[in-house]
Amino acid sequence: MGFWDTLSGRTKPVAPKLDALFALPSASITLQAGANFTMTGRGAVCFRPADGPAFAQTLADVLALLDADEGPDVEQSTDEYGFTWLLARQNDMGALVTDLHAVTTSLEAQGFGQAMLCALVSFTDPSGRSLALVYLYKQGTFYPFAPAGQQRRDNVLELQTRDLLKQDLPIEKDLSRWMALWGAPGL
Amino acid sequence: MKTRFVPDHGLTARMTGAMFVLGLLFVVVIVGLMLIVRGPFAIIIGLIGLGIAWYQWYASDSLALRAMRARVVQPHEAPELHAIIDRLCAMADMPKPVVAIAYTDLPNAFATGRSPSRAAVCVTTGIVDRLTVEELEGVLAHELSHVAHRDVLVMTLASSAGIITGMLLRGSMYGGFGMFGRRGGNNNGVPVWLIVLLASIVVYAISFFAIKMLSRYRELAADRAGAFLTGKPSALANALTKITGDIAAIPQRDLRAAEPMNAFFIAPAVSGASWKTLTSTHPSLEQRLEQLAEIATQLGRPLDGGFSPGPGA
Repeated sequence: MGFWDTLSGRTKPVAPKLDALFALPSASITLQAGANFTMTGRGAVCFRPADGPAFAQTLADVLALLDADEGPDVEQSTDEYGFTWLLARQNDMGALVTDLHAVTTSLEAQGFGQAMLCALVSFTDPSGRSLALVYLYKQGTFYPFAPAGQQRRDNVLELQTRDLLKQDLPIEKDLSRWMALWGAPGL
Repeated sequence: MKTRFVPDHGLTARMTGAMFVLGLLFVVVIVGLMLIVRGPFAIIIGLIGLGIAWYQWYASDSLALRAMRARVVQPHEAPELHAIIDRLCAMADMPKPVVAIAYTDLPNAFATGRSPSRAAVCVTTGIVDRLTVEELEGVLAHELSHVAHRDVLVMTLASSAGIITGMLLRGSMYGGFGMFGRRGGNNNGVPVWLIVLLASIVVYAISFFAIKMLSRYRELAADRAGAFLTGKPSALANALTKITGDIAAIPQRDLRAAEPMNAFFIAPAVSGASWKTLTSTHPSLEQRLEQLAEIATQLGRPLDGGFSPGPGA
């Protein structure tokens, strides 16, 4: 925030960053080659629904857009903090990222860019461990999230994944931003 | 990017006006002192005043948390509270503040700290018990907006003229105006110390009202930014209604104990009568609800025409 914004008590809404999202397909290959994690085909976007008819209409348009193709429909759910999740299924990472990207651009075009929180794509390995790469829209960075049972994270796996992917993806450096997303759709 | 965030120019203008008055008062006090006081006293008094303001700002987080007997909580102690703040900070792209809980039934929340990277947000157990998750999120978004707007810094600077005149007034009580003696100057006229005393009272009174005014505008600005961040002005409105109603219902004695902290609270803990609108640190509930309703309208309106397509649109 600039000097004048501070003085006048005016926070500028932060625009979601999108470019890094398209690095996911190559990261997915690295993850498979380096750690034997394969994509599950599920990806989800999380955002804060706004009050009022404009947001409801925008959301309905997004759902119609994503459901226009063949294949399974997008699932919508609300978590315990009141955030909306849209879960998309695609067998190809490129197509999945395109879906996630479409949600953001549609919301942004209606002035709801500030509502974006994060997106995630999930992976699994032959031993059944699950891993998600979470994209923080406002920071434009990724972090790994590996749930291991009830409210516990596999921190070792997360740090290994960070080291493996740091060439492919911009990784969030501030570890306190690595939010736990318990029970997120798509995991 | 296309945004629904519409700045309130009227609010900005009124806020700038109040800040201008307070800045002017500071200059007037210093210049006045330089004219009246012999030697380097004026500069020294000014520096001491600024020093006190600086200390209040620099140590604001620990001072405020100690005054409220608040305890800093780690994520595993208050996972839900931390999760709400994590998400808000990620959406607003700001550093996460320290999270604290004050064990009192008074439903309130405040933010403090010298900068966004060294800030603390505190909620009372009373507010956590009374509000739903979404309402609590609205309140926390309001507090985080205070942090982003550096309200502790702004309010402390704004009160520096008041601090200095307060020092002068207190000094006059202890007969500290010996230094104002201009011997042989104007024997027939009013004594200099009386002029200083009267001027100090006037300056103090003006700065008192201007600070309260500025505080109310900063509250409205924080409401505004918080409501746009969560996209749910209705949740903040519900929370404010609940808290204000609850506070009015709680006996006075508890409330006065919390009075010095008022400027940083989400809702004031004192209920006054007719003085209220002028001397209150917070705008009236009606005023806040009105602004939130306006934001809800802006959020609900479709955006079309007149805008060039945003990136990727």
